[in-house]
Amino acid sequence: MKLHHPTERPQIRLEGLSRNFGARTVLDSLELKIPQGQFLAVVGRSGCGKSTLLRLLAGLDQPNGGTIAQPEGQTVRVMFQDARLLPWKSVLDNVALGLKTDQVKRARAALAEVGLAERAHEWPTRLSGGQRQRVALARALAHRPDLLLLDEPLGALDALTRLEMQGLIERLWLAHGCTTVLVTHDVREAVTLADRVVLIEQGKVTVDLAIDLPRSRQIADPRFVALEQQLLARLLHGQVAARPANTVCASSATSYPKAELNTLVEQAG
Amino acid sequence: MNSQIFNRIKTRAIPWIVPVLLLILWQAAAELDWINQRVLPAPSNVIQAGWRLLISGELGHHLYASFWRAATGFAIGAGLGLLLGLITGLSRIGEALFDTSLQMLRNIPPLAILPLVILWFGIDEPAKIFLVAFGTLFPVYLNTYHGIRSLDKDLLEMARSYDVSGKALLLHVVLPGALPSILVGVRYALSIAWIILIVAETLATNSGIGYLAANAREFMQTDVVVLSILLYALLGKAVDILVRRLEQRCLRWHPSYFHSQQGASA
Repeated sequence: MKLHHPTERPQIRLEGLSRNFGARTVLDSLELKIPQGQFLAVVGRSGCGKSTLLRLLAGLDQPNGGTIAQPEGQTVRVMFQDARLLPWKSVLDNVALGLKTDQVKRARAALAEVGLAERAHEWPTRLSGGQRQRVALARALAHRPDLLLLDEPLGALDALTRLEMQGLIERLWLAHGCTTVLVTHDVREAVTLADRVVLIEQGKVTVDLAIDLPRSRQIADPRFVALEQQLLARLLHGQVAARPANTVCASSATSYPKAELNTLVEQAG
Repeated sequence: MNSQIFNRIKTRAIPWIVPVLLLILWQAAAELDWINQRVLPAPSNVIQAGWRLLISGELGHHLYASFWRAATGFAIGAGLGLLLGLITGLSRIGEALFDTSLQMLRNIPPLAILPLVILWFGIDEPAKIFLVAFGTLFPVYLNTYHGIRSLDKDLLEMARSYDVSGKALLLHVVLPGALPSILVGVRYALSIAWIILIVAETLATNSGIGYLAANAREFMQTDVVVLSILLYALLGKAVDILVRRLEQRCLRWHPSYFHSQQGASA
């Protein structure tokens, strides 16, 4: 199984992509090429435009400038932060949404893949948050997308469920091999799952980092830690500079900043 | 098992305790001559009057006449309301075109147009059906429109991004999502239908429960008057039960209906 495609020609090209809401510029002449089959993670602070980028890729929003070149006839599917299941349809019917009648067995297969085959006939409101996200993932995969867009899909889940879901996403991505773009604020999640992590700041890609670690990745691996620290330092850099000198982050600049400490505590626990 | 059945009987019986007690009190008051039978007849007399009318076939005849008017008027009014609600809910042009007019018409009490309706349709069936239709259109319209407009935008966006559009979007997303609101409108419309019918039938007609009451008043038959009033109450309750069943069936996905689903499967 091919995990990396370093020489492959880019399948999706974003050129000079701009989006602004009123006077606020969210994306500013952003350039990005995504090779086919790559697992790309987009990280950045809240409001940096990473979700806007995803919505543009999904065609849910239109740019103010620039172009998105995508292969013709490509199937794009989005998994949102909230599962967005139709409460009046059974779990199975939700997964089969938008499928043609002769494709419904795909829905069953996808549901089995996420381990919820036995809940097929229940109402979505009966499921836990993690289970709903698994159904949403099955729904996206049942369409056999060429491009899978994940918009902070695990943001609302508890830590343990999030770890399980990360494992599931990785396993299914390896099995399906579709180009995947994951938007997340969680640097560790990005380094765990992605072939490549890009950081968006002020509407541009400022860091483009290949994650060349074997799967499945160990968060205690020194190379993993180094990559994670590198991204976190960059993310926090802006915060330290922008804050007055008397804040916690600035005073502890030589030791671990607060957010990093939190992730270390999580790691220990 | 036994306690389960007992519990079910208990929950079924509790709502009837108060009405039955009131009936007993009423009967006792009549027997003891606390109330004048000319003013308010005893329940037993009302039951006798009901039995008499049932045997003669009059009761069935009048019930059917009222039911037919209510059903026809409701079907026309609710159908139009649903259609207009879909148009204004789904299209901005439709909203611009119809909503203001409908909001103005909505504020006219249906009975205020009674003189005009009598001039247009005379005093026959069409007049009553028109009044019922006029009264039931607006609750269904408003709730359909509101139900569609307050649909979860995230769900609509999700459906569009999953290539669900046109008829499929309407059937699988828009209508089921608006259904709780539409059913509220239907329930409201049904109660309005009865109110309008009562007045319309007492004015000018020779059949229906309203006629039965008005006619009985002419002859001071208080037992029949009370019977007609009770019939309206029972019919209203019957229709309400029907709509509740419909809600339980159509909205069984809704968390507030889960308990009844469990009850049915137990």
